[in-house]
Order: sequence, then C-alpha cells, then structure tokens
Amino acid sequence: MRAIAKEQGRHLALLHDDLALLDSGFDSLCFAILVVRLEDSFGVDPLGDVEAEDVPKTFGEFVHLYDHALA
Amino acid sequence: MRSPDPDSGTSRLRELMQAALAASAGAAPVLDDGVDALALPALVEHAWVEAPQDAVRGRNLLLMTRRPLSAAVALCSLDSVANRLVIVPPDLVKANLAGVIEDAEAHAIIHDDLDHDTLDAPLPGYRIRFGADGGGPRFAEIDHASEWCLFTSGTTGPPKMVAHSLAGLIDAIARGAAAEGEPPVWATFYDVRRYGGLQMLLRALVGGHTLHMMAPGENLSQFLTRIAAASVTHVAGTPTHWRSALTTREISGIAPRYVRLSGEVADQSVLDRLAEQFPSASRGHAYASTEAGVGFEVTDGREGFPAAFLTRPGVVEMKLEADTLRVRSPRIASRYLGADAPSVAEPDGFVDTGDIIEQRGDRLYFMGRSNGVINVGGLKVHPEEVEAVINRCPGVRMSRVKGRANPITGAIVAADVVMLEPTPALGDLAREKRELILEHCRESLAAFKVPASVKFVETLPMTAAGKLDRRAA
Repeated sequence: MRAIAKEQGRHLALLHDDLALLDSGFDSLCFAILVVRLEDSFGVDPLGDVEAEDVPKTFGEFVHLYDHALA
Repeated sequence: MRSPDPDSGTSRLRELMQAALAASAGAAPVLDDGVDALALPALVEHAWVEAPQDAVRGRNLLLMTRRPLSAAVALCSLDSVANRLVIVPPDLVKANLAGVIEDAEAHAIIHDDLDHDTLDAPLPGYRIRFGADGGGPRFAEIDHASEWCLFTSGTTGPPKMVAHSLAGLIDAIARGAAAEGEPPVWATFYDVRRYGGLQMLLRALVGGHTLHMMAPGENLSQFLTRIAAASVTHVAGTPTHWRSALTTREISGIAPRYVRLSGEVADQSVLDRLAEQFPSASRGHAYASTEAGVGFEVTDGREGFPAAFLTRPGVVEMKLEADTLRVRSPRIASRYLGADAPSVAEPDGFVDTGDIIEQRGDRLYFMGRSNGVINVGGLKVHPEEVEAVINRCPGVRMSRVKGRANPITGAIVAADVVMLEPTPALGDLAREKRELILEHCRESLAAFKVPASVKFVETLPMTAAGKLDRRAA
C-alpha cells in the first residue's frame, strides 16, 4: 500500500484495524490497483464476489476478507 | 418549479439563471466545494475573472483550474462573452498543452493558480477570484453564442476536443421533468470539467439549485459527511463513485430522494446495492457521452435498457448498426477542434458511439466497446495509446494492453509485455524492469491510464493477418 501511495502521490494514513478505508488516503484508483496486485500475488480476488452487506468498510475488515479467502 | 423551455430561444447562461432565480422561492442556492460557497445571484451579477474586457471578449479561452469550482465560476462569468470556452480537465499532460493551444486557437488562459507563471504557457493568463472582493462588473456580451469545448476522455495520442453549444448541452435538462416539491439540493462526485459533471453543474445553474461538489484533496468520506450536513436530496456519480461510496460508514448519513449514475455501464450489482441502501429513493442510470450528448435515462432499476427506446419518438433517435449504438440528436457535439479533425457524426447525422449492444428478449445490454476502449471508472483508455508508450521503453519489443475486470473501477489497465531479452515472469529482474516501464508510463500518461499490472510474456497472440489479436484472452 505504501508503494501504491507513493506511485500515485498520495499520503497514506497510519494503518490500523478500525481505520475506514476511505480515510486511508487511497482513492478508488489506488484500491483498484491494490486489488490487482493482491490478486497477482495471492491468486484470489475476494472483493469480486462479496455480497453488498459484506463489502469491507475498514482496514481490519479488508485484511480479514483476504485472510478468509486464503485460509 | 419550471424547467427552461428548450424551444424558447435564449441560450445565454446568465439569462437562464436569472429566469430560474426569479421563479424560485426559498433558500438562496449556492455552488459549494466546502472551501467556498458562491451564491447563484452573485454569479449572475458579477464577473469573477480579473481581466481587461478586451482580453476575454470575443476571445478563445482555456479554462485551466486547480479547483472544479473555479471552472464553474469562470463559465458563469464568460459564457456569451468569450467566443470559445475550452474546459481543460485536471489531468492534461503538460507536453500536450502546445497542441491544445493550437487546436483551440486559444488567446489566453483563465486560471485560479497563484503559481500560474510557472506553467511557462506562451499565452497571457488571467485569474479567477472569488473572495469577498473578487466580483467585478460583468463583461459586455457578444452577439453570438459561445462555443463550449470539452475534452474527450478516450483518445489516442494528443487529446481531442469537441465543441458543443450551451443549447445542446442543456437540452436534456430543459426537456426533463420539472422537480416536484421542495427544490432539490444536488451533490455530485463528478468533476464538473468533464461531460457528466458539467451536466450536473448546468442542471444546478439553469434550475436555480444548490450544487455541492468535491474540492481537490477531499475524499469520499469527507464529502459524504459534508453533503449529509447539507441535507442533499439529489446525488450523482459514476458506478465507480457509488461502489466506493457504498463502502463508507458515512453513506448512511445521506438520504437522497434521487440517485443518478452515468459515465460507465451500470451493472445489476451496483443498482441492487443502491436500491438496498436507498430503498425510498428514485434511481436512474443515464447513457451519455462527450460526443453524442445525453441519450436516455433508465429508471426501472435494471441494467441495460428497454429495446423500445430504439423506436420511441423524441429528440434522440437511436439505431443499431453492426451491433453498435448510433445516436442522432440536437445534443451531439458539432465538431472536433483542430485543422484536420474528422467529423463527429457520420453523413446521415448519427454518431457511432462505439458501444456494442446485445439484445436479449426485449432488453438491450452493453457488451463493451467496438474499438477496445477500456473504461476505468468512467475514464476511457485506448489500449493503443498505452502500448505506444510502453513500446518506447528501452528493452521492450512489443506489448498488448487490455482491460482487466476490477471490483472497484469496473475495469483497469493491464499490460502483457514482450522484452527484447528473454525476461522471467517473476523475480528481482522482472520487478526491476516492471518498475522502469511503469516509471516511463507515469511520466507520460494520466494515472488511470498507467497499467496496474505488467506481465512479461514470451509471445503475444497474432491474427491471421499478422495483427495483434486483441480478442484473445
């Protein structure tokens, strides 16, 4: 995420579980790139098939979604 | 509230705003980006551009602003004053400025930047000011309508500009149903310097309504908090904006009566999520493009659009030819700017939108772009443009750029690259070379055009004719 923030000239907030994703300093393009890089590294795109109510809103939920997909 | 009569004649922004303000009762409408709020009456009464009248009247002007709000203010001050108003989007690459000035036959730059002088533009610059002391006397109007020019978002090579008239730009607004009940309070995630956002701006201006827009550096959560406090009733954005907004906690703070999507294909999942979030709001997804103007709006909550739209009477005529959608209406752009520019419409007056349509039953669905254009969150990317940049990188033999499905922006740019020297797909060497290519891309392409992934491959698929096979997965 640091690398993407640097590439896109954005300031990354201090990451913690309760941080709302949109307060992280990332815009939708940054998240789109992050999802691609995670898929390239881990072979999963869990965000592609989540239901509306399960869309992660915080950094903790985002990490959990990937943990769960890789478990 | 009354809608302006599309056939009444006047298409001067000032007169349309005056008429709307005279007809509206209640709170004073404003344009607000969270930093400044400008009252619509003040925009009608004063000019907010510091320039000698001769420098702007009858001239061709580039509006190059840091803030979307400044562009809006400049448009109010300069419509019917300038001969041509060219609204420059924020991501114009500096190297393309000279070509833009030439094609636009520009005389001056209107800006809001204290550091404007560092731009080294070969034209005089005049500043937009809207502090308490910013308003000056209005400039004298010219006797013809100003040409309003926008950049097309998907062009290979140097940017292309299309010319519209204000009458064409507001035609869909003027023919729309008048708002009922309390006057709407609009908010838009769009940048008003592009077609979709400009529609929202004009809707507010000629309707006499408040519009909340984003300021540079503001994120969606902050914007949602701000518009919740302002009790917005009408909110517009692309499916990508909405997908992002729906991930925030702050989304539950707004309760709009109307939500609107346009700029890219609205799929069923984003429509369903919006229905879940705003069960009592009316929802519409609109089809529009910078060249073809506003086509139609779909309000039944389903993706695609009814096949009956092709045959219904109205000012917008549509037909399918070779499976792509063609549109003819008073809302299409009049021409591209530039000496050798092709015409926007075909000889029969229809614009080929390049959108491939498939019919299933009585419904028509969007199936992608005939020219392979990738739509990244509403912004169009021509694969050829990105390939050309990659192919100029030292060590690259050839590349193929394609769209890759993405849960946030709908699609994102991905590149397959063949190097002169065999390069492994993984490892430090690959990482190093990938970084070189990306750095090169970031220097000459807007951020949304830079590949999110670069994969090294040994060969690329070819067609029998020896061309890069763009259809192969």
